[in-house]
Amino acid sequence: MATPTTPLWEVFIRSRNGLAHKHCGSLHACDATMALQAARDIFTRRGEGLSIWVVPSNAITASDPSEKGMMFEPAESKIYRHPTFYEIPEEVGHM
Amino acid sequence: MYTQALNASESDERQVEDAVRNAAFQARIDDEERIEPNDWMPAGYRKTLTRQISQHAHSEIVGMLPEGNWITRAPSLRRKAALLAKVQDECGHGLYLYAAAETLGTSREELVDAMLAGKAKYSSIFNYPTLTWADIGTIGWLVDGAAIMNQIPLCRCSYGPYARAMIRVCKEESFHQRQGFEIMLTLCRGSEEQKAMAQDALERWWWPVLMMFGPPDKVSQHGDVSTKWKIKRFSNDELRQKFVDATVPQAKFLGLTIPDPALRQDADGHWRYSEIDWDEFKQVLAGNGPCNRDRMAARRKAHDEGAWVREAAAAFAEKRKPRHAAQAAE
Repeated sequence: MATPTTPLWEVFIRSRNGLAHKHCGSLHACDATMALQAARDIFTRRGEGLSIWVVPSNAITASDPSEKGMMFEPAESKIYRHPTFYEIPEEVGHM
Repeated sequence: MYTQALNASESDERQVEDAVRNAAFQARIDDEERIEPNDWMPAGYRKTLTRQISQHAHSEIVGMLPEGNWITRAPSLRRKAALLAKVQDECGHGLYLYAAAETLGTSREELVDAMLAGKAKYSSIFNYPTLTWADIGTIGWLVDGAAIMNQIPLCRCSYGPYARAMIRVCKEESFHQRQGFEIMLTLCRGSEEQKAMAQDALERWWWPVLMMFGPPDKVSQHGDVSTKWKIKRFSNDELRQKFVDATVPQAKFLGLTIPDPALRQDADGHWRYSEIDWDEFKQVLAGNGPCNRDRMAARRKAHDEGAWVREAAAAFAEKRKPRHAAQAAE
């Protein structure tokens, strides 16, 4: 008998106040409440977090790795977007 | 049947295309780039990793059984709390690893079903019994010690999700080894009977632990291609040697004797050990170890008896769906 699949969730944890939530893994759960409880048990057994987000994995839209070039290459050629592109005489000091 | 010719030419084209992709893939690996789930990868890479990561996950889950055996009989509340936390960690490790394996395209349910059907393997070590409390100390000290030796290089594995899971696992595993060594140290500093119990456990676990690293390099089936793909960074024999070199002084500190009369240190500093009984290893892998049937029966029982929980959770989520949808719409 084929077992029905349980939905997949992505887990994000804020490790300290002031930091952003960071992706730390995924888990299976039937609903959001159980996903939160499972995330607590799986990812924060040693005080790793102060806040958890769980997001249904199928709600995430991801960029296609095979289109990496088209997506990100244009940024690479624009070195004038970086502060080091501009020359400031040393006597001006830190800027 | 009318499109056979078409299929043939398509497959030729695909082979040419795959050769190009394979070369690009290997170049990324050689460049120490990490491979991520949606990247193109050769079918063999996917298959090898699915097999390896799922076996690793099954091992963590089955590994809870020999230790779980002693939770209710731990000699003190301190030991009991630590053992409970350790077994809970093993479960967590299994879950990280299943999640990593799933990113390769096989569902959790399929992976678990393959194990329950006896089609997927788990580490041979968990088919040995835990007869005394000293076995719990020995498992932490040696089994987890061997696992750490094996897992540290996996933190640099070419497959991103596996490497990341291993980093989490390794962080937690160090507590396991230390709690095991502490149990051994306490026994060795205790009464004659306690020390004898520790020695007996070491004698029973030593050889099975050395087998954990897998067949010797000269016969290992998966070594070459895994090394090429940087799934594996060290060979079975290299890791085994590292483990022996690290463990011999620890046994000496405990005042225990490793059950290998021929064990000796060479001029190069490495400890040489006797030939391992690979027939025993094969027998255990083939299902004929002391506890294989027990472990499988326990896993199947837990899975079957938990079925109602999974069904109830799914039914409850289904029932609440309209309410959640209504709340979201507000």
